[in-house]
Amino acid sequence: MDADRPLLRARGVTRYYGARIGCRDVGLDLWPGEVLGIVGESGSGKTTLLGCLCGRLAPSGGTVEFTQRDGIVVDIPTLPEPALRKLARTDWGVVHQNPRDGLRLGVSAGANVGERLMALGARHYGRIRQTAADWLGRVEIDRGRIDDWPETFSSGMQQRLQIARTLVTEPRLVFMDEPTGGLDVSVQARLLDLLRRLVTDLGLAAVIVTHDLAVTRLLAHRLLVMRGGEAVEWGLTDQVLDDPQHPYTQLLVSSVLHP
Amino acid sequence: MSHYNFAFLDEQTKRMIRRAILKAVAIPGYQVPFGSREMPLSYGWGTGGVQVTASVIGPDDVLKVIDQGADDTTNAVSIRRFFERTTRVRTTTRTDTATLIQTRHRIPETPLAEGQIVVFQVPIPEPLRWLEPRETETRKMHALEEYGVMHVRLYEDITRHGHVETAYDYPVLVNGRYIMRPSPIPKFDNPKLDRSPALLLFGAGREKRIYAVPPFTAVRSLDFEDHPFAIERWDQTCALCGAADVFMDEIVVDDKGGRMFVCSDTDFCERRRGR
Repeated sequence: MDADRPLLRARGVTRYYGARIGCRDVGLDLWPGEVLGIVGESGSGKTTLLGCLCGRLAPSGGTVEFTQRDGIVVDIPTLPEPALRKLARTDWGVVHQNPRDGLRLGVSAGANVGERLMALGARHYGRIRQTAADWLGRVEIDRGRIDDWPETFSSGMQQRLQIARTLVTEPRLVFMDEPTGGLDVSVQARLLDLLRRLVTDLGLAAVIVTHDLAVTRLLAHRLLVMRGGEAVEWGLTDQVLDDPQHPYTQLLVSSVLHP
Repeated sequence: MSHYNFAFLDEQTKRMIRRAILKAVAIPGYQVPFGSREMPLSYGWGTGGVQVTASVIGPDDVLKVIDQGADDTTNAVSIRRFFERTTRVRTTTRTDTATLIQTRHRIPETPLAEGQIVVFQVPIPEPLRWLEPRETETRKMHALEEYGVMHVRLYEDITRHGHVETAYDYPVLVNGRYIMRPSPIPKFDNPKLDRSPALLLFGAGREKRIYAVPPFTAVRSLDFEDHPFAIERWDQTCALCGAADVFMDEIVVDDKGGRMFVCSDTDFCERRRGR
């Protein structure tokens, strides 16, 4: 792959909802192995931006270029749907805020983890099961629960299961929308620890949308601060959090007890 | 019955259904939508199959109708009489002399021949329905060959039961392209679909879909490399005709736990006994 080409490059991404602005003129670069945090208050356009980046929403303007495994650069908003779905199955992963949106609740944990493998053509039951068991171990779920339904799991375990299910095919880019939302603090800490280890081990690039600055402090290399649909500040995480320049970022940082 | 058109349906409707059938034959395993009509028969009793039969039947055809392998059950008798009265074609119970066979839940044991047409009654045509409730999404999955989820279902069966528990309506891959529900035939009959010399037509009345397997088309039952597809076997032979390697019905004969196994295909069984 071309070394001086970011994995994901967005320029001038704009999305209107009628006359209302979802996000406006946002640009970003994401390099392989890098974790980008998008922070901002509710309604600041974080999730809209994420939707535009991962092809779920059609932007009203702008480009989102993704460098594929084979080095070919594709423009996400204009990519035909078959190619986009293939990308979503192979190079990408999406971790939803609510694990129930990302899991198949009617089948066992093992089948949930194995689904992406089977979608890519794995047809050997024993090997699929072995890989699923390995991944449950990696996300700290007892392997003995491989045949249990996700509904019997706690919400923290469901979120970890969703992560295993997403990462099993080793995607290169993962989109996470509030991955720790709705979890209590100790479970959050454990999940963050796990995510940080997996991201490092696999050399994943990730875009994490969150309103929790502590999450970005732990996970993200770079930060993009959004307000009213626009990116008001961006830079290295420590730099932005320790020396915020924009008044809104200053407000955001000072409103947290221990950022 | 002189006030009714030949085979009940009006000619425009038959044309519409034949067009759907032609398209279905051209794209093996693909579900073609069609304008299903009200039939003098309740949904679930074979309205789809009856419409397909009515569209392809001609005055020279010899019709056989079976239900669960039997020629003399309610559904089979009613549909056979319906076509006797609306077309005056000859009917038969013999598989080898029939040119057109409408069936529910079975494929006859007597091997099918070139030139024959088998019409299947289909309750739910969509093989992905169990995993994906949205029709817009299942159509897209068919179009893009996103069939990984079908194996999730088989995986789940093996995990729960040690083997694939699905015993009827076992999903198949047609012509290496479309995944298809073969209607609720036992998986015992699945191998008969593969490269069948007869034309196989499937009609779903309530769901308004027609699909087809043209003669000599490859039909493969889904499986895993380490859990290959297998059909059911009985350790008994038919109590009436002694046949082995056929699909059996288990019949309770008294209230002391007595039971016997007999051929599900009544025509096949009777002819073996008559010989």
